Amino acid sequence: MSNKEKHWEKTRGLLFVTLAIWFVFSIGIFFFGAEMEASSFRPFGYPLSYYMTCQGSLGIFVILIFWFAGRQEKIDEEFGFTEREDS
Amino acid sequence: MIKGKFIDNLPKVYGIYTGGFLVFIILMAIAEQAGMSAKMIGIFFVSFTVAIYAIIGYLSRTLQVDAYYVAGRQVPTVFNGMATAADWMSGASFVAMAGGIYFKGYGYMALLVGWTGGYVLVASLLAPYLRKFGCYTVPDFIGTRYGGNAARLSAVLVLTVASFTYVTAQINATGTIASVALDIPFGIAVYVGLASILLCSMLGGMRAVTWTQVAQYIVLIIAYLLPVFWISNKMGAGVFPHLMLADEVARIAELESQFGLGSVKNSAADLATVPKGLAGITKAHSEVNTTPWKFISLAVCMMAGTASLPHVMMRYFTTPSVKTARRSVGWSLFFIFLLYSSAPMLATLSKLSLIDPSLPTGIIGKSIAEVQSIDWYQNWNQANLMFVSDFNGNGTLELNEFFMGGKAVVLATPEIAGLPYVISGLVAAGGMAAAMSTADGLVLAIANALSHDLYYKIIDPKAETAKRLIVARVLLVIIGFAGATIAALEIQGILGSVIWAFDFAMSGLFFPLVLGVWWKRANAPGAVAGMLLGLASGTAYLIWVRTGGAGFWGITQLTFGIVGSLVSLVSMIVVSLMTAEPDAATQKMVDEVRVPSGKTVLGKQH
Repeated sequence: MSNKEKHWEKTRGLLFVTLAIWFVFSIGIFFFGAEMEASSFRPFGYPLSYYMTCQGSLGIFVILIFWFAGRQEKIDEEFGFTEREDS
Repeated sequence: MIKGKFIDNLPKVYGIYTGGFLVFIILMAIAEQAGMSAKMIGIFFVSFTVAIYAIIGYLSRTLQVDAYYVAGRQVPTVFNGMATAADWMSGASFVAMAGGIYFKGYGYMALLVGWTGGYVLVASLLAPYLRKFGCYTVPDFIGTRYGGNAARLSAVLVLTVASFTYVTAQINATGTIASVALDIPFGIAVYVGLASILLCSMLGGMRAVTWTQVAQYIVLIIAYLLPVFWISNKMGAGVFPHLMLADEVARIAELESQFGLGSVKNSAADLATVPKGLAGITKAHSEVNTTPWKFISLAVCMMAGTASLPHVMMRYFTTPSVKTARRSVGWSLFFIFLLYSSAPMLATLSKLSLIDPSLPTGIIGKSIAEVQSIDWYQNWNQANLMFVSDFNGNGTLELNEFFMGGKAVVLATPEIAGLPYVISGLVAAGGMAAAMSTADGLVLAIANALSHDLYYKIIDPKAETAKRLIVARVLLVIIGFAGATIAALEIQGILGSVIWAFDFAMSGLFFPLVLGVWWKRANAPGAVAGMLLGLASGTAYLIWVRTGGAGFWGITQLTFGIVGSLVSLVSMIVVSLMTAEPDAATQKMVDEVRVPSGKTVLGKQH
């Protein structure tokens, strides 16, 4: 398998992990709105369902993108596909 | 005059600008104490900020193609994040979002999740690869990746439908704010708004829009956060409202049951006396009040729509590299998060200050006559954004007898909470900045697609640079005027048409864009089928539901993108597999796009 193919395989793997986390916090947990509301886990005292819609999921997305960007940069570096500064 | 050196000095330039703006706010506060009228303060705020944007727009004028289309591809990560945030957060986000949360609670917050979650798709599926491609516009990518004028034209069509739906709402919002702040009729204010929008974008294209959007982000975020923190501290609700309003949320729930929310219903005859556009509090503030599918389907549409709206995507064409494009998406979402996470807090503070009888600002439980004599009530009643009526005839204002317009949550709360008028002026300037920055991005997206893809790539490929840029500017003005003319007719509400724009974009562009990078086998006939059938079926479903059709799967006129994108996906795969696979050159091009290093697929100037 060529360098490019290996790079793409790893990139695709990272995409699936990223999309899985994204799915959980954008779609998955909202199947359980009522359960979240009844939950005794209350971040900062807010009902969990309320908290996830106004801060929780949103904040996780921000962190997720930066994490994804960092991992992708590592993959690019590993296979020597990092951009040169002057390009 | 600002090349190179200007880029290096960005933090300094915008630091001084922010400081200057804060000084301006303080000067206005002093002027208010000295007796300047509320109307004058509003005029000063709006005209001062718009004048600054116009100056930035003029200073960024350019005669170069890559500066006009992609700001010379040298916008640093964090600043591109700010510009994208301003590009993204429209008049609807700024003026209507907190109101939507105030009235509709949990069900409405699907929009918050959707409008942020979409950026994960942008970062992981599209932005870095489109940056590597080196295109000027989104149809530029479609046209080159799939090859042929049919694909390019279809992309231009989808882009125009989605962005134009969106831009009329934004010009409408600039008109609304300009007409309130400058005290002129709406029909004229729309064109004043348009003139300000064109001043920012006409001479410098993407370069000018970029630097004005950064300036607009700074104004709008100060204008949104300052009142939230101020009100929270003034009420004693918490120094940092985002983490400290749990007691207030619980208190609202307690008051709701005490006031009989949901059990006391207004008769239809009583409701008929309420002015159009105003609503009472009928839904619990924090309870889960919708079905999972309703919540999720709306969130999914907004997410896929986010990843397909060309005016957002083209912001990532302006970064210096693929790596910075990726990081820039993170910064964009961070800057958006600052405002979005504050909107529910503003809604909470606004509601509590109105309904809690133990607060000096609370009006529920007071006598109707007393409420009607309050200054701010009279002002906002006159502006047709607030209304009370003694339905049960007991002389006291009940929760079900108080009505408000959605915009009032952002516009009126500072005044209700007893903040000085200078804050209301600031909020007007913020709303104007939000609506203008989005309108600029949209008008430019449409004009660029028409001038680059339709005129230069299809009609006259030999056109000289000067002529191309003149055509681009003429189209900008024409599209702006067309948008303003339709906005002046006031056909739809602001928020409804914004949501439609997402559904249109999702129907026609989501899968052709994503599969263009992630599925090598996708070919031109497939993409054309995907775009056209997706857009057509989505539109048909919308018309069907609007004209009384029953719909299926619980898909409404707000989520018709689900139908459109599914048709798009299926037809794209089927047609692609039935026709010949893309030639070797195209496959090689896709391989090239998938690695960050090396030259862009399209040349620096093309």
